[in-house]
Amino acid sequence: MAETVVQLRDVTKNYRRDAFELKVLQGITLDVEAGDYVALMGPSGSGKSTLLNLLAGIDQPTSGELIVAGQQVSRLGESKLALWRQRHIGFIFQFYNLIPVLTAYENVELPLTLRKSSRAARRKRVETALSVVGLQNRMKHYPRQLSGGQEQRVAIARAIVTDPTLLLADEPTGDLDAESGGEVLDLLGQLNEQFNKTILMVTHDPKAAARAKRLVRLDKGRLVASAPGGGTGA
Amino acid sequence: MIPIKYTYRNLFERRGVAFMTLASIGFVVLVYIGVLALAGGLRAAFADTGDPSVVIVMRDGTRAEMESSYAQESHRLLTAMPGVERTADGDVAASGETVTIQIFERVDGTETNVMVRGVEPGGFAIRPAFEITEGRRFEPGRGEIVVGRSLAGRLGLRVGDERELGRNTFRVVGLFTGVGAHGSEIWGDYRDLGDSFRRSGYYSSTRLKAASPAAARDLIETVKAEQRLQVQALTEPEYYELQSETSSGQFIILGNVLAVLMAVGACFAAANTMYAQVAARAREIGTLRALGFKRRSIMGSFFLEAVLLGVAAGGFGALLALPLNAIQTGTMNQVTFSEITFQLRTTPFAMFSGIFLATITGVLGGLLPAFGASRQKITDLLREA
Ligand SMILES: Nc1ncnc2c1ncn2[C@@H]1O[C@H](COP(=O)(O)OP(=O)(O)OP(=O)(O)O)[C@@H](O)[C@H]1O
Ligand SMILES: [Mg+2]
Repeated sequence: MAETVVQLRDVTKNYRRDAFELKVLQGITLDVEAGDYVALMGPSGSGKSTLLNLLAGIDQPTSGELIVAGQQVSRLGESKLALWRQRHIGFIFQFYNLIPVLTAYENVELPLTLRKSSRAARRKRVETALSVVGLQNRMKHYPRQLSGGQEQRVAIARAIVTDPTLLLADEPTGDLDAESGGEVLDLLGQLNEQFNKTILMVTHDPKAAARAKRLVRLDKGRLVASAPGGGTGA
Repeated sequence: MIPIKYTYRNLFERRGVAFMTLASIGFVVLVYIGVLALAGGLRAAFADTGDPSVVIVMRDGTRAEMESSYAQESHRLLTAMPGVERTADGDVAASGETVTIQIFERVDGTETNVMVRGVEPGGFAIRPAFEITEGRRFEPGRGEIVVGRSLAGRLGLRVGDERELGRNTFRVVGLFTGVGAHGSEIWGDYRDLGDSFRRSGYYSSTRLKAASPAAARDLIETVKAEQRLQVQALTEPEYYELQSETSSGQFIILGNVLAVLMAVGACFAAANTMYAQVAARAREIGTLRALGFKRRSIMGSFFLEAVLLGVAAGGFGALLALPLNAIQTGTMNQVTFSEITFQLRTTPFAMFSGIFLATITGVLGGLLPAFGASRQKITDLLREA
């Protein structure tokens, strides 16, 4: 039996806006096993990004229990939380969020600089990550010298270089054309299958969602259905 | 820690704004170093003057020779003290001198105060650095004077010119150099000038040459122990140190006030630049935080950026200040209110102080923006366009 990477128990998240409270997430209960690939869908404003941020430990729930990678995330202070993120979470953003003044190589190396490791060991990891995403020949390029699809692949390399417990992707193909988007989805599928990475991906695209093993739907802050996905490549 | 290349590449990336800030801080540094160089040059002009084995005696409670006055009896007592050297000719190595301030017109038509010094023959013996560069020394009893070379240039005086000093007319017979602050003085015979200014029989100061600096200290004790004298005694370097402190001290105070005021302005420029940097990079900061960088690292990185900007600006200002070194100028001696000429000196200390000021400017300007950068919530940062 696979271990459970994500355990959400009755998680709520409210935002206070002026006088009234905005209930963004209302009683979310969800388990994700190691090696799973979950697609999260739902209308705009339904709270998908909010949920992902909670899982990534960059936002805190209002109530409920949230255990990710064996850690009660809301119990951690700022500094410990940063360390925890660095060790367990790989985050892929819709707009890639590469650092413009750093090369592809340096961007991927960035999370490793937080660890005690030799330059040579880092180099090996960075080169491996970049070759997984097929960009070993673009190491010295700056983000502005890359296409959107290439940028997103560098961002994926940056997310996997630390070998995190959980990969979180917020609309990773949302800003890409069909072809580049397809490449990114191929890559995520490959990471899940070959490297057994646990992935949770927010998407609006049913075709993208179909690539996941499981589909979860959010509507107005509640999980409305949890169904097995179309499986790989279907 | 966020890699340092991230810091300097970001500065370079927005080099337009960064350079403007760098220039504004740089000019503050230029002014600051300039003022320190003035003070440094002034102090150097005085420092060259003193001989540690020469004791200068003035009336008790006076700060400068021109304020001091005492009668001949005291002078005689002083020159008869044990421990005063003899010259090669067997005379006492001492010089009683009288100092007055006279108004002269500069070449440009403005007026300035000039120190006129009557010296006894021993005055040359105890100042071996004295050197005539043109003409000759004055001879007693003939109404002759010699003029410090740099002063002569500023006053437009030449050998052969005549000037009224007190009741009598004096003729310039030579130009001299080589005696530090004296280079801005006019010298004549003690008796000639004393007559002309109706000060015969009175002295402003007496210089006594001892065998060595140590002997000079003993001589000072002897003078102090003499109950019949109401005088104070110092070595020459001590005396000129006192003079320069008053003058250069005023420059340093002025310089610091000016620098602080300007630096406050420059702090705002630096803060403005850094706030712009933080605002433009909100999503980047969010990303770094999401990757696992701590608030502290973010703050450190932006702080470092501001400090780097400050240091670079300091270097820039110091470079701008380098040419100041050659400039020669004149000012008032704030004790004697007489003209002295000197060269600006951009000493390593002045340079270092300028760079330090710029660094402080960067530090203060960067503190709040850096703190602000680390305060925001990650989710808010990531939402920024
Ligand atoms: N920091 C915040 N402060 C206040 N309200 C917020 C904040 N973050 C999100 N919200 C609100 O919470 C709700 C859910 O936002 P969220 O970004 O999670 O939606 P989403 O499902 O990701 O939408 P989309 O598909 O458009 O990305 C929205 O109504 C949004 O306005
Ligand atoms: Mg969203």
